[in-house]
Amino acid sequence: MRLLPGTPAEAADMIRAARADKRTLDIEGGGTRAGLGRPRRGDDTLSTRALSGVTLYEPAELVVRALAGTPLAEVEAALAEKKQILPFEPMDHRAIYASAGAPTIGAVAACNLAGPRRVRVGGARDSLIGVRFVNGAGELVTSGGRVMKNVTGLDLVKLSCGAHGTLGLLTEVTFKLLPAPRAAGTLVLDGLADARAIEAMSAALGSPFEVSGAAHDPARKLTALRVEHAPESIAYRLDALAKALKGHGPARRLDEAEAESLWRGMRDGQPLAAGAGPLWRLSVAPSRAAALIEGLAAQGFAQAWLYDWGGGLIWLSAPASADGARAIHAGAAQAGGHACLVRADDAARAQVDVFQPLAGALAGLTRRVKASMDPDFILNPGRMYADI
Amino acid sequence: MSEILFPEPDAGVLARREQILSDLAALLPAECLIASEDERRAFETDALTAYRRLPLAVALPQDTAQVSALLRYCSQAGVKVVPRGAGTSLSGGAIPQEDALVIGVSKMNRILDVNLADRTIRVQAGVTNLAVSEAVAPDGFFYAPDPSSQLACTIAGNIGMNSGGAHCLKYGVTTNNVLGAKLVLMNGEVVELGGASFDAPGLDLLGVLVGSEGQLGIVTEAVLRLVRAAEGARPVLFGFDSSEAAGACVAAIIGAGIVPVAMEFMDRPAIRICEAFAKAGYPLDVEAMLIIEVEGSEAEMDAELARIVEIARAHDVRVVKESRSAMETALIWKGRKSAFGATGRVADYICMDGTVPTGQLPYVLKRTAEIVASYGLGVANVFHAGDGNMHPLIMYDVNDPASQAKAEAAGMDILRLCVDAGGCLTGEHGVGVEKRDLMRHQFSQADLEQQMRVRAAFDPQWLLNPAKVFPLDGRVSG
Repeated sequence: MRLLPGTPAEAADMIRAARADKRTLDIEGGGTRAGLGRPRRGDDTLSTRALSGVTLYEPAELVVRALAGTPLAEVEAALAEKKQILPFEPMDHRAIYASAGAPTIGAVAACNLAGPRRVRVGGARDSLIGVRFVNGAGELVTSGGRVMKNVTGLDLVKLSCGAHGTLGLLTEVTFKLLPAPRAAGTLVLDGLADARAIEAMSAALGSPFEVSGAAHDPARKLTALRVEHAPESIAYRLDALAKALKGHGPARRLDEAEAESLWRGMRDGQPLAAGAGPLWRLSVAPSRAAALIEGLAAQGFAQAWLYDWGGGLIWLSAPASADGARAIHAGAAQAGGHACLVRADDAARAQVDVFQPLAGALAGLTRRVKASMDPDFILNPGRMYADI
Repeated sequence: MSEILFPEPDAGVLARREQILSDLAALLPAECLIASEDERRAFETDALTAYRRLPLAVALPQDTAQVSALLRYCSQAGVKVVPRGAGTSLSGGAIPQEDALVIGVSKMNRILDVNLADRTIRVQAGVTNLAVSEAVAPDGFFYAPDPSSQLACTIAGNIGMNSGGAHCLKYGVTTNNVLGAKLVLMNGEVVELGGASFDAPGLDLLGVLVGSEGQLGIVTEAVLRLVRAAEGARPVLFGFDSSEAAGACVAAIIGAGIVPVAMEFMDRPAIRICEAFAKAGYPLDVEAMLIIEVEGSEAEMDAELARIVEIARAHDVRVVKESRSAMETALIWKGRKSAFGATGRVADYICMDGTVPTGQLPYVLKRTAEIVASYGLGVANVFHAGDGNMHPLIMYDVNDPASQAKAEAAGMDILRLCVDAGGCLTGEHGVGVEKRDLMRHQFSQADLEQQMRVRAAFDPQWLLNPAKVFPLDGRVSG
């Protein structure tokens, strides 16, 4: 059965009814990221598609609020009119999953999305300041608000962000915004091996020039560094950056169109996204990324890869086998982070850990938190972990 | 006299005090346990000094294992625990209870690892906020959240309260600058949340921990994000003939696509108090002043300031005064950061901390003045204008119970005003005991019960800092 609530109150009624009938629910927004997480196994599907529209936009206060099913493109178009942006460059999963449809603002929050600018401004979680959601008991709950400084009560905003709909159905989300950069420029270093490229990116990110993108494509041996600021500053900052990095070889400036396409591609995991094989996404301490990849490649668990976030994010083409998953999760943990199997067929995603397995007491705590919001475990069952 | 209620102490725990003390003594070196009344006095309050409660005992553990042993014992013995950083909470977040053990993190104050390549630092949670920045300052880095109490306050307390500061307009608050935490749960279990990567695996439990006011566990270590300092920074003073003009100027600057590092507001009483203390060169003949700080190279700062000055002129700015030296810059910030201390020299005060949408600032300032005047008291306003985080300092006489009651009533009226204007009760000081009973003004019962159920997932017996945040009646545990 497919449920299509037209209002948050109606969504609450439907979730209460599902709980009473002991039916589980898969939550769906635009449907462009259905392959993210463990395979769906809900009895029914609840879509946010009819919960749509920007409900508050105050450009002078840098804040926007929208119902969860609002197409992201609609929100971004409204912001563009006032030269403002969602700061964190939310990625688009359509290339990875070869999916169609319109990504929604609710999924941006539910999946805690972020693109290259994360190194400078944080991810969706850092800009999300308010949520309304329906918990697994069918109650409408509000947390946070529309002001950017707010420590009133427990922060269920952060908790909802990146929970992949397992704690509640987001019905409305409020983000703080930034003015769109007035200008941007991208510097490229050529020919660097992984470890050297990461050193260069660390040096750039540790410079005073507010680098807002630092990515490396080993296939092209291309290291890209982005600066965003006032138009009159770009040439100065790129020059100063090139000087600071002169130990890493000569730098050249990309033209604007090429740079824009590079960052857009990087945001969406390109060119690896374009393939069809299993794809992993690793979040690690940047200084440990190159050694991690070297180790995985030696075991045959790394076919191709890309670095974003100065090495802190790795897109990795590697097997979704049980051995591969074990090695990748263990390696990511050792490198100070974690791994997620972003693309693989349903059978593979049912058999291996898609998200990083939780260590020790964290598993029990996670389960208790889930139960505190969705007592009968009816929302997105098994999406993140088999028993949650 | 006191408006704020504290729960009746558990008589059973008080009767067992000697036994509990001897049990605790087995878990800690002798110098880490404080039992005498004299020494406990040092812990009976925090920066909400109008209220004080003598704790059952105070433990100052040296490491995570000791914290774990203490919490496991307290959990089994049914003893409440009040976590404590440096005791600088303005909302009473660290005020003890007679039947509770205070666990302070002050002995865990080492910096464990600095990693400039990854721009992270791992610290024990009792390290002070300023010590973190000082450790990396020679390399040109800093830790961004900079609460006024940064000389004394601890990272553990910052995490508990999600502390902000003057520069969070650009750099975010604590929750945006903490990557990982080692958390000891009430049952003694130790969990690692987040780590050295940009985002944490699984549910964002780190996100719910930050700002949880010591109700979810005790943080013993943290991984913090470091930021490279800009090439230069320059604060500029803008004086206006009215608060409304200053407020409108703030909105216009943001509306023009400029987000300065800091935009701080002071009204006439605050300017006078701070200038008398810091001799920072603040203009004394204006009704309102903004401190706006810009960053970058000299040329970049000149260009951004030119745009800001143009906007300020359109809002009838009367005084524009740029810092011309590092010493002037330091004085300008010293004046602002000592606002609370300087006010404390001329009067007793309580500091409210509501946030409002910036468009509502002129209205809320006007109503705040009216409310405080209606109680026959005075107010100085000094706050973070860029994010609408108000800090009215309501001045009263602590030796006059009637005056204190009036100040508290005025404060509560102002907080209700902030919520009604679309904002919230607290932007960075926390709910503590002070605003606990106003929570129902901002949240529905369903909202609060959901928060309480999440809280109970961490501490099912409600032993951790239980008199804080949530109204004392109607609590839920599962």
